[in-house]
Amino acid sequence: MSRLKTITRRGFLIGSVALAGGVAFGAYMVTKPHANPLLEGAGQGDTAITPYVLINADGVTLITPRADKGQGAYSVQAALIAEELDVELDQIRVDPGPPSPAYWNTALADEAAAFMVPSGGRAERVAHGVLSAVMKTMGMQITGGSTTVPDGFMKLRQAGAVARETLKLAAAQKTGTAMADLRTEAGRVILPDGSSLSYMELAPIAADITPPQEIALREPSEWRLIGKPMRRIDIVAKSTGTQNFGIDHKVDGMVHAAIVLNPAQGGPMNSFDASEALTMRGVRDVVQITGGVAVIADNTWRAFQAASAIRFDWGPAPFPATMDAHWETLSNSFTEEFEDSRQRDDGDVDISFAESAGLISAEYRAPYLAHAPLEPLSAIVRIDNDAAEVWTGTQVPRFIQKNVGRIAGIEADKVTVHALYMGGSFGHRLEDEVVKQAAEIAVKMKGTPVKLTYSREQDMTHDFPRQIAMARMRGVVRNGQVDSYDLGIAMPSVVMSQMARQELSVPGPDSQIVAGAWDQPFAIPNHRVTGYRALQLAPISSWRSVGASSNGFFYNAGLDELIHAAGADPLTERIRLCDDDEARKVLEAVGEMSGWDGVLGDGRGRGVALTQSFGVHCAQVVEVTSTDAGIRIEKVWVAAEVGTVIDPVNFDNLVKGGVLFGLGHAMNCEITYTDGIADQSNFDTYEGMRMHQCPVIEVRGLENGARVLGIGEPPVPPAAPALAGAIFAATGTRLREMPFSKFVDFA
Amino acid sequence: MRLTVNGTSREVDVEPDMPLLWVLRDELGITGVKYGCGIAQCGACTVHVDGVPVRSCQLAVGDLEGEVTTIEGLGSPDALHAVQAAWIEHQVAQCGYCQSGQIMSAAALLSENSNPSDADIDDAMSGNLCRCGTYPRIREAIKAAAQTIRSA
Ligand code: FES
Ligand code: FES
Repeated sequence: MSRLKTITRRGFLIGSVALAGGVAFGAYMVTKPHANPLLEGAGQGDTAITPYVLINADGVTLITPRADKGQGAYSVQAALIAEELDVELDQIRVDPGPPSPAYWNTALADEAAAFMVPSGGRAERVAHGVLSAVMKTMGMQITGGSTTVPDGFMKLRQAGAVARETLKLAAAQKTGTAMADLRTEAGRVILPDGSSLSYMELAPIAADITPPQEIALREPSEWRLIGKPMRRIDIVAKSTGTQNFGIDHKVDGMVHAAIVLNPAQGGPMNSFDASEALTMRGVRDVVQITGGVAVIADNTWRAFQAASAIRFDWGPAPFPATMDAHWETLSNSFTEEFEDSRQRDDGDVDISFAESAGLISAEYRAPYLAHAPLEPLSAIVRIDNDAAEVWTGTQVPRFIQKNVGRIAGIEADKVTVHALYMGGSFGHRLEDEVVKQAAEIAVKMKGTPVKLTYSREQDMTHDFPRQIAMARMRGVVRNGQVDSYDLGIAMPSVVMSQMARQELSVPGPDSQIVAGAWDQPFAIPNHRVTGYRALQLAPISSWRSVGASSNGFFYNAGLDELIHAAGADPLTERIRLCDDDEARKVLEAVGEMSGWDGVLGDGRGRGVALTQSFGVHCAQVVEVTSTDAGIRIEKVWVAAEVGTVIDPVNFDNLVKGGVLFGLGHAMNCEITYTDGIADQSNFDTYEGMRMHQCPVIEVRGLENGARVLGIGEPPVPPAAPALAGAIFAATGTRLREMPFSKFVDFA
Repeated sequence: MRLTVNGTSREVDVEPDMPLLWVLRDELGITGVKYGCGIAQCGACTVHVDGVPVRSCQLAVGDLEGEVTTIEGLGSPDALHAVQAAWIEHQVAQCGYCQSGQIMSAAALLSENSNPSDADIDDAMSGNLCRCGTYPRIREAIKAAAQTIRSA
């Protein structure tokens, strides 16, 4: 029984599967206490094997099931396995997809992302709440929520260690050497006399050995790879134009497709006239799909050209036509009727307000934002009579299997998904519309692979953008300190909008409505955070850091106004209010790095913000100069607590990228709707940050925490409020709405 | 229609108004050159025509005069251009999708000016978007490549 407990707590068991000429090691995830296949017989539907290490005559392949959308996930996952397996990163191949379709489908089918939304302290109360429950129910392989690292940190090292020990057992068996006399290095088991056996030659023997279970992982002091600068496995390909991205992929005999949907997103198509398009060179056909039409041609550009030659009669969008109406919906949501959650209610803000003469209040806004990864979406789908294949860059292979299966009229497990490299995502590829549309075309021309490529305009205007959101703050200061802070946040539910497209409903409150606000490490005597679930407006989706992307701004901006009213210093007062040791160290770190000492003068100003999101405390100091040409962002200092920095190079790159993502959108990006049609369709009106605006950024990773956390999203939320604070310090202008370019110019 | 790409003469049968970008990608199978916007806003499609950086999404193939070099012609994994070597050394790429265009713009800058100032880098590179935010590393890598080129 004690053994069962250990195993259950650890959450997985390693097993091996013999394959033709090789062996694969995996982790059996224990999603329910009694559903372990090793204990209760293999092959049950609600458990799964995830193969991480495949060794056969071709070599060692590390399976990295979490998608790489540019964040270096493949390299990080490979390094975790290799650390224990004793292989060098240049000796192995990394494969996100099936080593053998039959084998892998089992893995895809049921792997539950049970560790979705890792968070600590207060945040843990929601960590096992809504989102993770949904993930478990759906049992899907998903990349998101900065979970790749926390999810894999134990599992992948264990898989590597078990594979190593099993290979040593195989070597012991083959040579009659004692286990204790064997060691491993660079993909080989080394015998006492210095001779060695490669993992490849040992694999057939290892396949018949029951893998040992209780293997102690190496101490951090013994790590060869973790914590040291690594060379990303894709860095040469990505520096020579030889990386094959989804949009570059070719399948023999494929045709090219482009689509046109109602520009008023989700509105009906009344009629269309494709007569001119059908006469154009290279055009094979024009077919109707859900919400619009598709052109099939022999070349991407010809498909785009023909698509723009089709005439349509469209119906209206299924959401309010003007932005005023969207904002009005949010404005009307701050009532009991729409209250979704009140997870934070310390002291008594009402009494505090009643007793105070100087009530401070303000309203904040955050716009819809497109994801706009630089690679527009694409997918290749081929549907045969009893099987289908999909080639695409995706974070949700399970949804794709389900949806393509439905469209093709076949079982989901007959759909093979080849996960390709992604030119960015930022949450865009948590949706699978492009795959569904390609499948709708492909089902009309069975046996022919159909490659659907979005134009930039299609990609941007039919994105499911970041939520629009509004916040209202009230507060009181006493004796130079923040005494009461009441924050209400209204937005439509992202999770509801997103899951509805997968025909799933989500019970209970949506923790994203208050993420990055209710669970912040500040002990304000009277403190309340309330989430209001507004009616659904335009369809929305998860955008890098999700709820915290708007709420990190709201929370810090409101706090800044109160600190200013109290006559206190933004950094000093945050440190004074902070009730979490790790968070305080993060604030102190940016203070020290920036040499924070109050006002700068000469048109210069600094702002500071801290947001805890996905369990990571991330603080930033931004410095700006107000010039004749506008605001120049000079420098950013950023510190984050992640427990263990796995690869310092990748960490530095991801943090800087996250900061620039936060700053760039706060500066000048928004999606607005006129007559239900997105006003921004390309990078001329949705610019983000460019080289000449890019500040110098200094990064520090702190390792005081016990948990190992991912860094893909947490640098985004504090960037905008730190910038707003800096602009206030430099100019006296308080910015309460993003994008800031509506109110100030940027140089 | 004939065009010279990466030193090789190629024959294509296409409309003269087809952008060079799509001739390269779809007709010639040269996919290092990327589509990002189609309207000269992102720089992902940057190639050299007789050494000059050009947005290939904006150049109708019928108007092409000169020899085209794509990132594949600049250097290869076995024979890296100095800019590519610096990009690898500094681990610039995240998703990597913008990097072909970034490298082509940087190589063109350095062929004109082997000691660019920050302002020179801003001028040459601000037409190349990176949605992943790799600008700080791009700047470092350009300076490192400049050093290599100067000391060569
Ligand atoms: S695709 Fe040519 S500049 Fe963007
Ligand atoms: S590395 Fe992703 S767009 Fe530049």
